[in-house]
Formats: sequence, structure tokens, C-alpha cells
Amino acid sequence: MSHFVLGYFAVLIAASCLAAYFGRRPVFMLLFVLTLASALAGLFGGVPALRFLTGAAAVLALAAGISYAFREFLAIVFGGEAERELKNAPLTAIFGLFVIAVYAIAAVFAPIIAPFGQAEVVSSAFAPADAHMLLGADQLGRDMFSRIIFGARNSVGIALMATLLAFFFGALGGLIAAVRGGVIDTLIGRIADVIMSVPSLIFSLLMLSIFGTSIVVIVIVVAVIYSPRVFRLTRAVAGNIVVMDYIEAARLRGEGDWYLIRREILPNATAPLVAEFGLEFCFVFLLISGLSFLGLGIQPPTADWGSMVRENATLISFGELTPLIPAAAIALLTVAVNFVVDWMLWRSSGLKE
Amino acid sequence: MAKNKDVLLRIRDLRIEAQTDDEWQEIVHGVNLTLHRGEVLGLIGESGAGKSTIGLAAMGFARDGCRISGGSVEFDGMELTTSSPSALRALRGSRIAYVAQSAAASFNPAHKIIDQHVEAPVMYRIRKRAEAQEDAMQLYERLRLPNPQEIGFRYPHQVSGGQLQRAMTAMAMACRPDLIIFDEPTTALDVTTQIEVLAAIRDIVDQFDTAAIYITHDLAVVAQMADRIKVLLKGEEIEEASTEKMLEDPQEDYTRSLWAVRSFERQQKPRPDDGTKPVVSVQDIDAAYGDTKVLEDVSFDIYPGMTVAVVGESGSGKSTTARCITGLLPPAKGRILFDGTEMPPAFRQRSKDQLRQVQMIYQMADTALNPRLRIGEIIGRPARFYGGLRGVKLKNRVDELLGLIELEPSKFYSRFPPELSGGQKQRIGIARALAAEPRFIICDEVTSALDQLVAEGILKLLDRLQKELGLAYMFITHDLATVRAIADEVVVMQRGRVVEQGPKDEMFQPPHHPYTDLLLSSVPEMDPNWLTALLEERGVDNVGEAAKV
Repeated sequence: MSHFVLGYFAVLIAASCLAAYFGRRPVFMLLFVLTLASALAGLFGGVPALRFLTGAAAVLALAAGISYAFREFLAIVFGGEAERELKNAPLTAIFGLFVIAVYAIAAVFAPIIAPFGQAEVVSSAFAPADAHMLLGADQLGRDMFSRIIFGARNSVGIALMATLLAFFFGALGGLIAAVRGGVIDTLIGRIADVIMSVPSLIFSLLMLSIFGTSIVVIVIVVAVIYSPRVFRLTRAVAGNIVVMDYIEAARLRGEGDWYLIRREILPNATAPLVAEFGLEFCFVFLLISGLSFLGLGIQPPTADWGSMVRENATLISFGELTPLIPAAAIALLTVAVNFVVDWMLWRSSGLKE
Repeated sequence: MAKNKDVLLRIRDLRIEAQTDDEWQEIVHGVNLTLHRGEVLGLIGESGAGKSTIGLAAMGFARDGCRISGGSVEFDGMELTTSSPSALRALRGSRIAYVAQSAAASFNPAHKIIDQHVEAPVMYRIRKRAEAQEDAMQLYERLRLPNPQEIGFRYPHQVSGGQLQRAMTAMAMACRPDLIIFDEPTTALDVTTQIEVLAAIRDIVDQFDTAAIYITHDLAVVAQMADRIKVLLKGEEIEEASTEKMLEDPQEDYTRSLWAVRSFERQQKPRPDDGTKPVVSVQDIDAAYGDTKVLEDVSFDIYPGMTVAVVGESGSGKSTTARCITGLLPPAKGRILFDGTEMPPAFRQRSKDQLRQVQMIYQMADTALNPRLRIGEIIGRPARFYGGLRGVKLKNRVDELLGLIELEPSKFYSRFPPELSGGQKQRIGIARALAAEPRFIICDEVTSALDQLVAEGILKLLDRLQKELGLAYMFITHDLATVRAIADEVVVMQRGRVVEQGPKDEMFQPPHHPYTDLLLSSVPEMDPNWLTALLEERGVDNVGEAAKV
């Protein structure tokens, strides 16, 4: 038995003993189960399996550490009311915020961070990674790392615009339907049903082949596809609010619909809408990446994570993992956004009490 | 041990803490309680006194965010605070049962009543399913539910509120528990329905010699039910005595103040006889929701500076009348005159000034105030909307209104409604109505969700405002004590019709219309023998029918 294996089990057992001593039952259970699982993994997988487990644990610990530090950082920066909210936030949510912040910085400062331009051919096709090119080159000899950085700007930016537009249409429609009711409600509802009844990918492929694949068209088409979902949620949330007595009081005062929507309903519907925004953003992001992968989304030479996966797909058959990096970037952002959304849902649903 | 034999429940120095923002605060400060077999103990106090918390602790239970931090709860020789969850689970439902305030919210709407009834006895293997159903029907019969053989096979929404409350009491009885905790079981019911439920609960507790803790804020109710009464205030015991002694000779000031609440009564004002037109005149209105007719030939007048109380059970059309006056439900027939001129039936057709004149105060201040707007904006909006006030003028007006409702302007101006207590919220509701400078205000059950002391404060405030501003009130209520306190004239409604109306003093003197008589005689009195006497008078078996006259 190597020193590594001995040390590995010694650390685990010592940690679980400490947890038991301090009466932390869940922590103890976790550690002890991990010890047992490691024993099994070690038996069948040998030292490499244990090394893999250690690596995974180290990555997790690093993420948790970053999240913890980031939480303190945010609490100090914002202070006051926000500080208390943040102190109660789960680490996953903070991790999500951290990832989003990193992506945002990458997107905003892309030309400064990236060593090369997104369309700049700097090397031979599929050149391996070296000191200048952190992740090697793609099929045309462009720097992968630079393209991923620029991809943050293009993919995320377009997804954000499309989601904002979808929310503008959907939320406005939902609020008007809830306040007015009757014929207008039915009319908007049926339009939404019609849009929802067409499979979204087919619909967007159709629209994009008719109107061309400019960024404006992509944003509008995606917004139209996703606005019915927002509409249905907004209408349901607002429907619960318009039956409240304070809405009746405002109506009896003679207030117009716009005041009702703006001052009486919207402040009470913000929390679920913000949570939904995060969720929809993920779907929109994935749809746009999917469209790019199929060649109808963001057009070359603009760097985009979806199309980057397709362009470099051939590498996978040679056992290279590079094409999976843009895919991982997509996955990481989706997970991060979902962490934050979960936290917001938890806050708005009153589960905390 | 032998000495303890007839003691069923003994709570010693019970302390309960609740969590607020990471900090634990004690909300029950060392309460002692002893309950013998077959005895009924009344717990009484305002909201926040810890009544329900103590009631739940008697089952060894603490709500989410609460914990039992000290003391002991001993049930039949078993210590509940240290028992395992599974031991407690075996106790609850079989030996200790709980009847909640809202039966409608406590029954699962997706299952039939009897299926929910038999769940506990079958699960605890006390009875087989068929036996349990048979037993349920017998219990329904004892509780005088109509059609005891069939009513259990209905869904909860298919029976009335009072029947559901009795079905829930029957369900609590399913395992013949030693102890039942009743948590305000009649608070949400009409006075006429309350009688049925009270009588049913008392009978069944008597018959099975069950011990009970009866939690309520209504003294008159607890006087009928309990052998002993314990008064609580802010998690501390004020005093405890047998019911007779407590009613005759309360020792503590706080208890006396509770007893005195119902004494607020105002002189009745006569109608002005100088030819003043009524501020609101409702003439022969009919109204319907779809095809269901809910109002028929309703007429009454409200004169300036006077209060007209509209009374009746739920479903009698009181609130619908208010909706007709405000224009939310345009009447199918008839007219509504304001100062002698006819108003358009629907509120959308009314002018801004017509809308301003009629304001409304709601029962539930929680839903009547937008939780995301600051008090300053809630009150300021009508002043800005109707009066066009801006900036400093608006701020001054809001401060003036806050002063009028006896709240400190600097403290409340920028707070949100959820930060306020129930009584404060209701005051904000009043201020919002006043901000429009109306001549007529509809008060829809404004005090029924409040504690008695707080409710009295609101009534006094409304009375003072009426004197200062010459307002006319339409006061919708089912509580006759409120009517006695504040009304000048009374309108009695039943099934969408006005059955009797007139000045208050006449209405409280016989002879009455039979329905008025039923309403009046159903209001619980402080006399512990009142219920017994009333049931005898009506004939015990007719309680159910009497309420349906």
C-alpha cells in the first residue's frame, strides 16, 4: 500500500471522527459513507480511482472555498440589507453568482483578455496547445482560448437580448390579460397557444431559413418562441394578485390599467418573474447554441460556443477533449444560473419560513 | 403515582422559543398547566398570547421555526418533550387529537370526508375499515349532522362550514382520544352555526369523558365550554380559576379589561328631521351572479353622520349589497341614489368625484393593502389622485391623516404593511379611505379579524372620525356586539332580502322578526349556563333545524 492510500484513508477517518465529536451528524454521515465508498472504489479501481476521487474532492473544495470567500466579499461590498440576505444564501447560489460574474467580465473585456482576435488565423489547423495558445487551435488555425472568450460575448449577449425581449412581450401580454380579462385575455391566450403548439426548434429553423440568419432575426424569432411561456406564468401570477382587495380598492378609486400594472401588480410579481427569467435564459441559451450547432444560428467567423462544438467535432474521434470545452462552458453557465434561480425561487416562495 | 392517576396532562414551566433572523426568542415564558381526565380547560388571550403554541406543545409539537426549550410536558405519565418522533406519532391522532380553526383548510379537498375519518383508526389498527365507517356514521349522528349515513361520502366542499367543523370534531373522536385540543373551532363561523358546533362539541366531550383544551379569544364562548379558564398574555399566565369564579371575580386588571371590552356602547343618534336628504339611498335593488339571484328588493337609506349596521349570516347578501353600492356588481333592477341623484350602476361609468364620495374599508387588512408599497404611498395616492396634491403638500396631508388615525407620522411614513400589526394595518386602511375625503364609507367586517381590545380601539376611532368629519357609515357585520356598540340603525338581512330594519334601540327590544330573534339569541353571553338554557328553550334536537328557519 502506498503512502497516498494510507494518507487518504487517515484523513477521511480523522475528519469523520472530528465531525462525530462535534456532533455534526450530516457531515459525519457524509464523510463516513465516503470512506466506505472509497474502500470499495479502491478495491475495484485501485489507486487511480482513489486519485480521481481526491481530485474531484479537491475541485469541490476549491469551488466551495471560492464561493465562501466570494460571499464574504459581496457582503462587505454591498453591506446592509443585502449582507443579511447573502449570509443566509446557500453556497451553491454564491458559486452561481461567481460563475456569472466571471462570464460577465469575460464578455465585457473580451478584446483585452483574449490574446488574439476571434477571426484571426494564427497557426496551423488543429495545432496543439503551447505557451501562446492555451487550448490549441481550431480547424482553421484560430486560437481556441480567444474564441471561447469572444464566444461569451456573442452567445451570452444574444441569449440575454432574446430573453429580455421575450420577457417584455410575454410579461406585458400576461399583465394586460390579467387586468383586462374577457375577450382580450382569450385573444392573447389563443395566440400564445398557437405559438406554443409548434415545436420550437422546427419553428425557429423554418423562420431562420425564411428570413435569413442575421442576429436581429435570431433574437426576434427566439423571443417570439419563448414569450408564450412567460405570458402564461405572468398571467397566472398576476391572476392571483388582481383578485386582492387592494386591486379592487385601486379600481374603485378609478385608477387606469397602466397604474394597476405598474404600481400595484408588478411589485408583487417581481420575485417569480425574476426566477423565471433565469430559467428561460438557460433555455434560450441552449436553443441558440443548438441553432448554431445546426448552422442556422450565429454565423462564422463570429465565435459562438454552439458552432465551435460542431466545427471541432472531428477531434473527438481522435480522443481529444478540446471540442467539449465550449460545451462545458455552456453547461457551467446553465448550472450556475440554475443555482441562482433556485435560491431566488426559495426566497420568493416563502420556503425559508 | 397513585395520586397522579387522574391527572392526564401536566405541563411544567414550559418554555418555547421562536426563530427570528438567526436569533431564538422566547415566546412562551414558563407556563404551568394541569388537566384532569374528562376536564375542559379554556385557554384565552389575544393573538400572540401563545395559546395555539401551548396547545400544540401539549401534543409534544412545535411549529416550524419554534422549539420547546425548557420545561416538561407529561401526558399520562409519558414525557413528551424527550420522546422520539415515532413515539409521538403513535400518540397523535390516536390518544391526542387536534381540531383546527379552519376545517375547510384542514380537510384534503381531494378525498371524501369519511375516507379521511377512517384513516387514523385503520392505521392504528383500532378498527377495521368497515367498523370504522360504521362508527363514523354513529358519530355523525351524535353530532347531529344531517343524513349521517350519507354525509361522509361527500367531498369537503359539498358540505357547509359548520357541518365540516362538526365532521372534523367527529374525526378527532375517531380513535376515542383521551385529550382533544380545540383551536378556535368556531371563530370562523356565524353565530347561528356556532351554536350547533358548540353544542355538538360539548355533548361529545361529555359523552366520552374526554379531556379537552379549548383555545379561543371569545370569553362568552369559553364560558360555555370550559370547567376552568386560564388567561394568557404574551406567553405568560395571568391567572387561572374555575369558570364561575373567573367570570364573577377576576383578580387581575388585564382579565378585567378583557371582560370590559364589550361595554363600549354609543348613544343612538336619531335621523335628522330637517329635511336633509339621505347621503345614500338604496331603492329596490335586485342583483344576481349569473343565474343565481342573490339580492331581492333591498331598500334602505343612510343619512349623513349616521351609522347603519347591516347584519345577517354569511350568504345573506350583506357584502353583495356593498358591491352594488360601489358599482362592482351593477344591480339587475333598482336605483342607488347619492345625495338625491342617481348614480350610474357600474363603477367604470361613474365620474371621479362620484367614486371619491364612496370609500371602502375591508375585513382583511392583509389583502387590502399592497404589501410592496410604503404606507406614505398607500395613503398618499388617493390624495394625489383626487386632490392633485404634490410634493410637500402631499407629505403634509399624509402626516395629517396619520395623525388622525393616531399613528406617529415619522415612524410609519416609509414602512411597508407587513411590518405592521393587524390593528395598525386596519388603521392604515381607514386612513386610505379618509384620504379621498369621502362622505360615505362602507366598513365590511372591519373588526372581525381583530382581537377584542384592538377591535374596540378601531370602533372608537371610527366613532370619533364620524363626529369630526360628519361621515356616514354602512357597517357590515355578523357580530351583534359591534352593532350594539356603534350602530344608529340596523338592517337585518336573510337570503338576499331585508327582513327587518329600524333604529337600534327598537331592534334590540322585542317583538322581533323570528330571524332577528334567532340571531339575537344566538350571541353567546357571559353566563356559563347560557348555552344549556338556550338549548333547552329551543329543544336540543332542533338545534340544526332552528338555525335554518
